[in-house]
Amino acid sequence: MNSSTEIRGQGSEIRDLYGPAIFFQAFLGLFLRDLRVLTREFLPFLLRVGMQPLLFLFVFTFILPRMGGANPMAGGIGGGVDFGTIILPGLMAVAIMFSGIAAVALPLSAEFGITREIDDRVMCPLPLWAVALEKVCFSAMQSIIAALLVIPMAYYIPAVPVRAHVDNWFLLALVLVLASLLAGSLGLVIGSTVNPKQIGLVFSILVVPITFLGCVYYPWAGLVKHIPWLSVAVLFNPIVYMSEGLRASVTPSVEHMHWAAILVALVFFTCALGSWGLRGFLGRVQS
Amino acid sequence: MNPLIVEIEALTKIYESKLRVVAVNGIDLELKQGEIFGLLGPNGAGKTTTISIATTRALPTSGRVCIAGIDVVKHPAHARRHIGVVPQFNTLDRSLSVYENLYFHCRYFGFSHAQAKARALELLAQFLLTERKDVYPAQLSGGLAQRVQIARAIAHRPTVLFLDEPSAGLDPQSRMAMWSAVEGLRKEGITVLLTTHYMEEADSLSDRLAIIDYGKVLALGSPDELKATYGAHTFFDLKLKSLYGLEPVVATLKARPDVTSAEATADGLRVIAASSDGLLPDIVQAASRFGLRDLKITEPSLETVFIQLTGRDLRE
Repeated sequence: MNSSTEIRGQGSEIRDLYGPAIFFQAFLGLFLRDLRVLTREFLPFLLRVGMQPLLFLFVFTFILPRMGGANPMAGGIGGGVDFGTIILPGLMAVAIMFSGIAAVALPLSAEFGITREIDDRVMCPLPLWAVALEKVCFSAMQSIIAALLVIPMAYYIPAVPVRAHVDNWFLLALVLVLASLLAGSLGLVIGSTVNPKQIGLVFSILVVPITFLGCVYYPWAGLVKHIPWLSVAVLFNPIVYMSEGLRASVTPSVEHMHWAAILVALVFFTCALGSWGLRGFLGRVQS
Repeated sequence: MNPLIVEIEALTKIYESKLRVVAVNGIDLELKQGEIFGLLGPNGAGKTTTISIATTRALPTSGRVCIAGIDVVKHPAHARRHIGVVPQFNTLDRSLSVYENLYFHCRYFGFSHAQAKARALELLAQFLLTERKDVYPAQLSGGLAQRVQIARAIAHRPTVLFLDEPSAGLDPQSRMAMWSAVEGLRKEGITVLLTTHYMEEADSLSDRLAIIDYGKVLALGSPDELKATYGAHTFFDLKLKSLYGLEPVVATLKARPDVTSAEATADGLRVIAASSDGLLPDIVQAASRFGLRDLKITEPSLETVFIQLTGRDLRE
């Protein structure tokens, strides 16, 4: 190592860091780069993540209640709980998931595809797994912003006020972070295993179904009571734990899964999807 | 004393898929500090695969590559600090301006904000890109994009720069500009490994070069050494209308002391001679009976070296 430092010659500006320190610098550099690109397109970013929950809340918790009884979901599900309170955590989960996929899967599939920009990114002095991890972490940050953005909307839009109440801030933070990492890992799986040409198809055959069957618009407890077989079937869907985790922390008055089960499931799915995505990523960047 | 910057030992790479492809078949190379080394070979000879392995983007089937003494398979992330790459295709960050491409590249390699800014501005000036610093890569011509890629590749002051087919797709003017940029790197003491299938490029740029084909090194040396050893020959390629009764002519030509070899080809005759003095009229006269349609004379060059070694033309 010494000889190589000498070879570099005079005027070297690289700080002589070894081991984890250089990796950290490279990781930080990649993060700063992503931050630069995001801040330049911050308004489109807000529109992208905000439009769906905004319209959803507007239609189902503002328009329909005003039409009086036209809301098919009014009451019923959560034992007298209004629909706004039911779907607030669900919409946060959807925001997290969409943002994770938009932040990892779409750019990754472009970088793997025609531009091959990934060939440059993987030349950073950093292990390849860390390049993938940076993508997941950065997308997690975007997911958290997207999820938090839903809260003010849910406060102002619905005709009937949403009954949100955080008892346990630590649980909320933990669920937000885990759910966001999970969404980023899912994005990594999609981005590195799906053919760039078919990325649109993934939305119809994967993203939409797991959203609709992800206990977003109804609590899991409602399924257990009314459609038991479906309540078991959806346990394979990671979105369920994102919705239920947020339900447990943001609207604890609505019946929800036990927090320990939620955390275990979130960790499990993050690890499983993360390692699957990483294998795909390594396979794509290294022959 | 010239420390070895790149050491490639018994490198092989076999792609096992439906079709088993031996891309690299036992390559040994050593690059000394500060030299410009050319890897010359036709498409599919194993040049890009060799570079991919040396730059940590592909894993070898067997063998070893060390960059500045660091094993690229065991410590890829550390090795990358010593490596600059200009890939065959434009891999500039499309979401960043030219300046930002350079700036963030420096940040990836541990430069502070101030250092990265200073280095990026310095490179913009050095590569005459200052006016285009706020332009996005999609708006750059091929030649300019290539210049930005070279600037980016050397931004972190690597010990060795890999250029993979640097002039592919460039117009002649941009190619000359790229050559002079590479020549300029010589002053900075950077070791350069470039792959090319252009003879002129290999000839004029490299201090030493290796001719490779079918994943093997066929010859190694300075362009002049190679020409002296393998290629001090002039090639006469004749296209003939009729090949009937050509054998006696071939035999007569072969018997001449100044002819090294003469053979019938698919559509005519190839004569290889040590000297061309006085030979041409005789060849033409001998061939005229067979309906001479075309005659190509290749003076001693890397091209003749290549044909001598591989038995085939480089551009196919």
